[in-house]
Parts: sequence; structure tokens; C-alpha cells
Amino acid sequence: MATPVLTVNHLSVEYQSPRGQVKAVRDVSFELEAGQTMAFIGESGCGKTTLALSLVRLLPKAARIVSGTAMYQHGGKTMDVFKLNGGQLRNYRWSDCAMVFQSALNALNPVLKISSQVQDTARAHGEHDAHKVEQRALSLFEMVRLDPERVYNAYPHELSGGMRQRVLIAMGVLLHPQIVILDEPTTALDVLTQRTIIDVLKQLREEMGFAMIFISHDLSMAAELTHKLVTMYAGQIVEIGPVNPVFYSPMHPYTLGLLKAAPGLHSFREDLASIPGSPPDLIRLPPGCKFAPRCPFKTDLCITEEPPLVTHAPDHASACHYWEEPVVARKAFHDALALVKSELKSEKQP
Amino acid sequence: MTAILEMQHINHFFTARRSKLQVLFDVSLTVQPNQTLCLVGESGCGKTTSGKMLAGLLTPTGGKVLYEGHDVATLEGAERSAYRRAVQIVHQDPYASLNPVHTVYRTLSFPLFRHGLVHNAEEARVRVTELLQLVDLTPPGDLIDKFPHQLSGGQRQRVSIARALTVNPRVIVADEAVSMVDVSIRISLLNTLNELQKRLGLTYVFITHDLAVARYFAWEGQIAVMYLGRVIEQGSAPVITTAPQHPYTRALITALPEPDPEITRNKERFTLRSQDIPSLSRVPPGCAFHPRCPLFVPGICDMVRPELAPSEAGSVTACHVTARTAMHDEAVRARSVVS
Repeated sequence: MATPVLTVNHLSVEYQSPRGQVKAVRDVSFELEAGQTMAFIGESGCGKTTLALSLVRLLPKAARIVSGTAMYQHGGKTMDVFKLNGGQLRNYRWSDCAMVFQSALNALNPVLKISSQVQDTARAHGEHDAHKVEQRALSLFEMVRLDPERVYNAYPHELSGGMRQRVLIAMGVLLHPQIVILDEPTTALDVLTQRTIIDVLKQLREEMGFAMIFISHDLSMAAELTHKLVTMYAGQIVEIGPVNPVFYSPMHPYTLGLLKAAPGLHSFREDLASIPGSPPDLIRLPPGCKFAPRCPFKTDLCITEEPPLVTHAPDHASACHYWEEPVVARKAFHDALALVKSELKSEKQP
Repeated sequence: MTAILEMQHINHFFTARRSKLQVLFDVSLTVQPNQTLCLVGESGCGKTTSGKMLAGLLTPTGGKVLYEGHDVATLEGAERSAYRRAVQIVHQDPYASLNPVHTVYRTLSFPLFRHGLVHNAEEARVRVTELLQLVDLTPPGDLIDKFPHQLSGGQRQRVSIARALTVNPRVIVADEAVSMVDVSIRISLLNTLNELQKRLGLTYVFITHDLAVARYFAWEGQIAVMYLGRVIEQGSAPVITTAPQHPYTRALITALPEPDPEITRNKERFTLRSQDIPSLSRVPPGCAFHPRCPLFVPGICDMVRPELAPSEAGSVTACHVTARTAMHDEAVRARSVVS
């Protein structure tokens, strides 16, 4: 097995609010292997962005890491991200772990040219050879399919949304990080632009070998890009596993619900459904399984006893008392789909 | 069947700092009663402008908008207000489109009073309750006196839909109405809209950039694909999504990631020659798509603008190359029949 580049153990994050403590992330543990891509999916407010921000220590003031460790391992050095002091943290950010933010419009300074933002970044992280940085930036811009000279000398407002997003991705990998965190990298972008970004990410990942953490509510993109899929609900990991098993035999009803809520071009209308109800109040969490009120398989057991995250298949764990139910439901769906497809085929070839 | 709304040869210019920018080029669209028309395309393709024009929020600088066969520019008095009531719009962002200091009751009762549909507070409350039930906001009693900040994104968007329904419209223009709400509840919002269509006989103009959503929502209805201010392909939703003819539509369909790892990773791609959409201030001559089109034929595509013509699949398409290929196939078939 490959060595993990990041090991998160029992991470909990809370926000201080007038009503009480908002438990945004609760007891989250996972391992990210070098070169691997992991997607965190879930509804808004499930804690996925808070988790990402805590990994680069960019949480707002009202938030507090209550417990947990995040061990970063690279080239013989091992360190706990949560224990780094100011200088160490500055070194860790961007050169070890870079974050690409959701809104490309707000992440770039509107009154500075792209060139000076690139140079500033490099200088802040100890790279003073301006010519070398420029050469590297230009080759990265080429790689993300931008016109290097034009973009390097442009102001952000001269670029389209998709171009700005690609500039941010190129800047993210400028200092050869081992981990790149992307928060909703394609939301609000058009289909063709989205496709370019997916292709660019695949290519960069292959050439540079970094690990990616990818925060999204878009299952289609996760299906295409990731090795491992993590479903989060009410601040917890409810299912974690390799991408194909999670898609084809989900072990948590919430994952099943998300899969059924995502329309594809070839989905059948009757198979699509929303998840009823809404997520729980993160200040006063109910006992038992947090998903129980919205779950089609719930029993009295679910309301009283919270299911632990248990591994049921290789690398595939779920926190559900009745984890076999969604597996069966999804299998029935895929069998029916295969049947319809074969019927369609035989109709076409009389 | 007479169309309920129609755009006829619309050319539209926006004027900014003394320079003129053409955003719609000879757009003609027909909206049939009790049907769904989806407008699909990238940002800047003119889909929102077309939607605003149909709703009477913009006056075209060239061409006509017809409501039941009458030019809306000439409508006056009672006829004009009937048209304005008949076509309502639901905006994209439910956080921006609801007044934050008005309760749900106030938001929904204002148009009722304004149009004389209710005469006192008691009647208004009854009607608002009905409207909330209609858009599946139950129990209405819990929600009627709430402010927008107390509602979730999905609930807010339902309030916007209820507001559009206050004046008993016939057509609803929904501009990216589900793109801001969470994925897990998108389907139920679309289902509510479909249910309303059946129950109230509504007609929808649904504007979206997501072909999968368009396919699900329109189902058997129409999809019109727009590119740089022109309609480049139009047909029934199943035809557009399974047998797209125009290279741009094909690019859109093949670029779309699917929620299934095997399908999405093995999907056939249709690679464009250029990633970037040209600016509307410098629309390429001939076919506006030619600088990006993989089927580009020099001498035709960059010289002559293709007109919309019926395709074999049953859609209408504006493309020289696919039209010629189809013609060629037909000639081959005709020859084989003769011999």
C-alpha cells in the first residue's frame, strides 16, 4: 500500500454562535495516499468546506479545532498541521498543501496583474528568482491551455470566469505542492469550460503526481475524477470507499439518495428523486443516526443508537445499521437498467 | 394550434458607452401552449435576454414578440396588462429576488391586492395559504409569517414560484430556477413545477445551462440550443439529447460529466479546436461556431452563415457540414436503390 501523505485522525471542529456550539465537523478520520484523488460530497452545510479549511488552517475566528490531528508526511518529514507555528504554517501552505477556492473572481486581486500576483506568491514562499518563476508560470499556463503571454500580462477583469479558474489552478501548483485542495472548482461554470477544467486537472495530476482533495456537491464530476469517494452528513463521514463500489453498491442510504437525485442524460425519469426533509440542526443534534428522520430504511434502533463507521468490504466503510438495504436497492436499479438497455438493443436489431 | 408566445426575427442591441453590441441575431422562437421550451447554452449566448423579452421586460430593437398572435409592442390598456399578468418570471437567485424585510405573506399578498384579486386581509390569507400548498410548502401555517432568512434555499425558491402564480399566469419564464438550490432537492423542485403544469395548464420557458436538467424537465418538450446570440439547433428533448446534429450541441452533450463512473470515463469525446468562446463584440463571420468547430470546412463555414434547416433526426439545425453529409448519404442511398 502506498504511504499516506495526509492522515487525519478524530478531527472535530466547532463554530461559536449565539445559540451555542455548531458542531460542523465531528470525529472525522481518513487517509490520503500520495497521488490519490479523494472527493468529499454532501449537501451545503454538511461540513465539507469546514473540513477543507481546517486542513490549511484557514478557519474563521469563530471556529475552533476541538480535537484531532492531521499528520502530513513527505520526504522523510512528518508533522501535525494543527501544531504548526506561524513560520512553519507559511511554509506548509502553498508549497506543501495548496488550496484553490470556489470563487475565482474573489480569489484574485482585481487591481494587480496576474504576473505580479504570481511573483508575490513565489516571493512570499522563498523563491526570489523572478525569471525562473516567470518561466515556470508560463509553462503552467500553457499546460492549463491558456495563452501564456497574454494571460501573464493581463488583469483579472480581462479574463473570463473559466480562464480565471485555470489561472488559480496553475498558481495553486506553482510551488510543486503534494496536496491540492479544490473547493467546488467548477460550480457556476459552463459545460464546456467545466470539461476543460476536468481535463486540465487530470493532465496536471498525471504530470505532477500530487494528491487532490476535492470538495463538491456534483456527483458527476466526482465520478469522473476521483479514486476515493467520501460522503459527509451532518459533519460526519457516513460512507467512504473506492469510487466504483460507492457508486454501484452504496452502503449508506444518504449516498443512495444523492445518487438518485443526480440527473444524467440517460437517466429514467422514474428513477430520480429528491431526499425528503432537511439536514439536522448542528447545534442540537438528535441522538441516534442523524440521517434517520429522512431515511427510508429507518427503524426504532436508528433513532436510539448511533451507528459507527464499520468496514464491510475492502476499503469500503459505512455508518448504517442496515447498510445492506441501499446495496440491494441499487443492485435492483442496475439490473433493471441493464434489462431495459438490452431490450432497446434487440428492438434496434430485428 | 396558435402559439401562445412567439419571437419573430429578433435582433437586439445593447448600447454601452456609445458603442452598440448585438446580442441576439435573427432569433425566432415559438412557445406552444401547455408545453415546455428549454433554452440551453453557455453564458452570453442570449438565453436570458430572450427570456426577458418574452416576459416583456425588454423591448427588442428589431423584430416582434407576439402574444397569442398580437404584437406586444402595440398592446395597450387592458390587453397590455392581461399580457403582463399572463407571463411571469422566476429568477435564478432566491436569496436576491425576495425582499428580506417582507414576510412570505406580504410578498405573496401584495400582487393579489395590486391586481384586485382579493379585497380584504381575510381573503388574502386564504389565497396565500392556497398558493403555499400549491407549491408544496406545507404546513402553510408555519411558513406564512416567516421572513426569507428563516427559510432554506429550496423553500425560498418555492416562495418565488408561488409569487409568480399569484396573478394566475399562463406562461412562466424560469431563468436558471434550480441552479442555486442544493442538488439533493433540485429534482423535487422540478417535479413541483411539472405537477403545476399539469394542474394549471401552464406553459414554461425554462432557461438553463445544464442539458441533463433540461432533458429531465422538458422530457418530451422542446429544447433550443443557443450560441452567440443565435438559435443553432432546436428539436424535441429526446432527439437533442440522443441524436444531436449540430457540432456545438454534440460538444455540449459529450462534454457533460455523468453521475456514473463507467459511463463518464468511457464517454466518447468531441474535442473542440479552441477552448474559448469568442466575444460578442467580435462575432466570427460565416458560422459563428467555426473557429471552435472540429468539422470546420474552409471556404464555406467561415464565409456563409448557415440557416436553420430540418435534419434527418427531426430537429432543425444550422450547420453546413452536417447538412451536406446528410445530403451525401441520401444521394448514396438513392443511387443504391436505382442500381
